[in-house]
Amino acid sequence: MLDFNTITTAIDQYLHSIMPAQAAIVTECILVALCAVLAYVAFAIVMIFMERKVCAAFQCRLGPMRVGPWGLLQVFADVFKMLIKEIISIDRSDKVLYNLAPYLVVMSSVLTFSCLPFADGLQVLDFNIGVFFIMAASSFGVLGILLAGWSSNNKYSMIGAVRSGAQMISYELSIGLCILVIVVLSGTMQISELVEAQRDGWFIFKGHIPAFIAFIIYLIAGNAETNRAPFDLPEAESELTAGFHTEYSGMHFGFFYVAEFMNLFIVAGIASTLFFGGWAPLHIAGFDMFNDIMNYIPGSIWFLGKTFFVIWLLMWVRWTFPRMRIDQVVSLEWKYLLPIGLVNLLIMTICVVMGWTF
Amino acid sequence: MEFNKTYIGRVLCTIKSLLTGLKTTLKEFFTRKVTEQYPENRKTQKISDRHRAMLYMPLDENGNNKCIACGLCANNCPNGTITIKTKMVTDEETGKSKKVLDEYIYDLGCCMYCQICVNVCPKDAIAFNNHFENAVFDRKKLIIKLNK
Repeated sequence: MLDFNTITTAIDQYLHSIMPAQAAIVTECILVALCAVLAYVAFAIVMIFMERKVCAAFQCRLGPMRVGPWGLLQVFADVFKMLIKEIISIDRSDKVLYNLAPYLVVMSSVLTFSCLPFADGLQVLDFNIGVFFIMAASSFGVLGILLAGWSSNNKYSMIGAVRSGAQMISYELSIGLCILVIVVLSGTMQISELVEAQRDGWFIFKGHIPAFIAFIIYLIAGNAETNRAPFDLPEAESELTAGFHTEYSGMHFGFFYVAEFMNLFIVAGIASTLFFGGWAPLHIAGFDMFNDIMNYIPGSIWFLGKTFFVIWLLMWVRWTFPRMRIDQVVSLEWKYLLPIGLVNLLIMTICVVMGWTF
Repeated sequence: MEFNKTYIGRVLCTIKSLLTGLKTTLKEFFTRKVTEQYPENRKTQKISDRHRAMLYMPLDENGNNKCIACGLCANNCPNGTITIKTKMVTDEETGKSKKVLDEYIYDLGCCMYCQICVNVCPKDAIAFNNHFENAVFDRKKLIIKLNK
């Protein structure tokens, strides 16, 4: 299999040979940041197109078909429109926080995005508490949303932001518990080691029942984290116009929009890393021929395939269920998902201690 | 206590009903899409026979319309869309004079497609067809003489 470590090491050595060590590190940081942001934008565009097409298919429509073949250029037209729109500053808003909020949201999702293992060695951040870092980085996006609601000087924004806070802080617990289930199973928090441990079998098969329950809870909580239907209370078009980003226009709105889509990608990416083995190919113990064929498919295709499958699952849920009330959202988390998650963690611990995993 | 009132029972009931919804949308995902791509599908598109696009006068096998110029359609039209001009014709065999249709003038721009004219017609001399591409650049072109 293609190992990206050789490429990155070669670039590293080349940079060190032509400039001093400090300059080389700075150059590498800039290069990596550029690549990460470019990949971020590219995936956002793919995601927006996919969302529109999948949504259309679930509603028995064709979706965008006019701009370019099969509407492929529609997203570029939308992005261009967003770029040339004016950014309006709101009267009596808190200017500093108002302008800061979209960047906080995007920053948190870019940071989380850079933890995803796209292929062997193709990962920006990888260290011993990787999963923990993902939790930390993804949870300060809610800060940006709260600031956006607070600084807009608008009641809709405020209500949206407070709902979002209540929802995201609650559901973070469930996500944490699901990740803990996998950490208990694998015994590591480092993302590359998590993927490495799944080479001979994905965790959803290794951990059988508790891993599957964790996966389902993770999907529900992840949907809530990304503020998508049926958990789209923070936006709730019919009640709050657009929730916390009501007052934003132009590219500032674009940042929220892109961050929402990329959070979906990130949630799906982490799900595929934790439960479906990241870039690790599908291996069935005993079938060596089959395993060899699967090895020929590059890791990045495995990762993207799994991720887009999970994204499709999330979109399926989104376009099926109606929006919940805020009391339903909170009681689902605190009365159902959290207790079930805790019991599930206990089951997984017992399974691991007794050696009942594969 | 009934099973579906207990905690576990409620969870299982909810999952079951959620799965029903998911099944429905999944079926929808794979069905043929209903979107009509209009200008491209002109050759193959099918407009419903009941669609009311434009009034016309069906002709019998001799090429004559069935209108007896009674004026019911014109009188019943809420918008005054229809104007009927008549003439007196003397029958050659009997020598009696009879009122017949001279011009049946239909203003498409005024019509609201209520179909009252078709319903009141005692002879079924008028009907709606589904030729819906009626846009023109001049309002005068919307005033149409229906009989030939």
